[in-house]
Amino acid sequence: MKTFTYTLTDREGIHARPAGLLIKKAAEFPCDIAIKKGDKSADAKRIFAVMSLAAKCGEEITVTCSGEREEEAAAALQAFLKETL
Amino acid sequence: MTKLNGKGVCGGVVFGKIQFYRRGAGPIERVPVDDPEAEVKRFEAARGKAVAELAVLYTKASKEVGEENSLLFQIHQMMLEDLDYCDAITGQIREEKVNAEYAVNETAQKFADMFASMDDEYMRGRAADVRDVSRRVLSILTGVPAGGIESDGPVIVAADDLAPSETVQLDKSKVLAFVTAGGSASSHTAILARTMGIPAVIGVGGALTEELDGREAAVDGFTGEVYLDPDEDTRGHLQVKARKDAEYRQLLSQYRGKETRTKDGQQLLLYANIGSPDDMEAVLNNDAEGVGLFRSEFLYLESEDYPTEERQFQAYKEVAEKMEGRRVVIRTLDIGADKQAAYFRLPPEDNPAMGMRAIRICLTRPEIFKTQLRALYRASAYGKIAIMFPLITSVRELREIRKLAADVRAELSVKNIPFNPDTELGIMIETPAAAVISDQLAKMVDFFSVGTNDLTQYTLAADRQNESVAEFADPHHEAILRLIEYSAKSAHEAGIWIGICGELAADQELTRTFLQMGIDELSVSPPAVLPLRARICQM
Repeated sequence: MKTFTYTLTDREGIHARPAGLLIKKAAEFPCDIAIKKGDKSADAKRIFAVMSLAAKCGEEITVTCSGEREEEAAAALQAFLKETL
Repeated sequence: MTKLNGKGVCGGVVFGKIQFYRRGAGPIERVPVDDPEAEVKRFEAARGKAVAELAVLYTKASKEVGEENSLLFQIHQMMLEDLDYCDAITGQIREEKVNAEYAVNETAQKFADMFASMDDEYMRGRAADVRDVSRRVLSILTGVPAGGIESDGPVIVAADDLAPSETVQLDKSKVLAFVTAGGSASSHTAILARTMGIPAVIGVGGALTEELDGREAAVDGFTGEVYLDPDEDTRGHLQVKARKDAEYRQLLSQYRGKETRTKDGQQLLLYANIGSPDDMEAVLNNDAEGVGLFRSEFLYLESEDYPTEERQFQAYKEVAEKMEGRRVVIRTLDIGADKQAAYFRLPPEDNPAMGMRAIRICLTRPEIFKTQLRALYRASAYGKIAIMFPLITSVRELREIRKLAADVRAELSVKNIPFNPDTELGIMIETPAAAVISDQLAKMVDFFSVGTNDLTQYTLAADRQNESVAEFADPHHEAILRLIEYSAKSAHEAGIWIGICGELAADQELTRTFLQMGIDELSVSPPAVLPLRARICQM
């Protein structure tokens, strides 16, 4: 299992467009990927779940990758979040 | 003749018949089925077809309205491929042994309700997206076309509101204008209408009923007015407006992408003034060569507390990136006098225009100022930012500012945070004092920008808020022009540039005078850019 936290810096938070890109990125990996914000958790491969987190600028999310290629997935998502959100 | 009022979100005047957007699927009924697996298969087939349609739509939209606006259709595809959404539908079909249509409709409602109950306004708006994608699946399942307009000629398309896919799918050659009962200026209808340049009036409300189908109407997208059966007078008046608009658009297209240069070759930079990043669309549409004045006050006025460095950084970065390397002059906090924010706790003053405002607050409370400077310098790594200080009256103030700016640069360097160390620093010339000692000030900065509104108020001792002295506040007064001329001379002797960002910059009676003074830049409201460029190019 590989876990990291990230604080959103995009002004709009995870709105539809970045949520779509995030799901695309997550779908590239076979492992389970979960995103947690506070006590809410979402499967990173499901767009409605990710959008319903309503994560906003300044909020912290925790990403957990577990399973096949988890290291690689965590690194790729971390880079993606930094670049996009 | 009846008049309906809404909000004009895309300008233009058109005449035509109203046609209501026809939607296919009627009410969905709950039908028990014997073989739920067959229903699941029907749903899967319809879903697959809907995803394929959206892929086609995405390609069409990216050609018509650009990548940014069409990404939405990719998101719609993802929504249809979402496991929670599909599981909810197939689960309901299997458990309740019901028809696919019913399960899709119920699930759509449930997901739409989830978005509709969220705190965030943007997310609440996504309920429409869920309904839109579900409607597509339903129309495939029921075999009833998704909707559209049925007409040989172009019509005024009316609807409660239009989903993004509905707007894009319409045959544009048949759309004269959009009129909707609901919607907001940031709704998809509004955004797409603006991108496609189709006149649009939204938020007309309950007055827009389907009984109006087929009625003759005139739509004024500038004022948000819709006239039913317009009379001769109204027609005449609107026709003149339509003709002027056509001429204006012609003018715009002719000067778009051109340099601002007089016939004898004198070139000038023509920039735009903005109040927030939301104005960037207008800046780009009107082809401004840069941003000559970005008033940072909006960040302070719209919030309940001091805006954080991060919040400010994001706003400055957004504008810098959108200008793609062209100059963006950002004016630091100019609060006080007529612009107040409660959390600053500024004591009431008898004469606020001459009181604690703008740079005076910044130098008295350097922690607020340094937060803004850090945000500005950090954003300088993402474009060509120039920082401008308001209400300067002395060399001493400028020394203090330069010291604080140097401190901020040093802090950022130590922390290895990227910024452009050559970021231009400039001042507003908006007090007579600054103009009179402009020769000294010019040696300490990279540029001047003349704020003619305050310069007029202070030079002529005429309060700009006081209507009764308006006749004494003549911005064409010889005193003002001499102060500007002297500032320009000082700037050029020191080898720096000078612009004008007050209202006077757009005053075409003075354009020639400014050119003679050698003013290097004029910054005006976005819609004034192209008319002014046209004027200068004809000189």
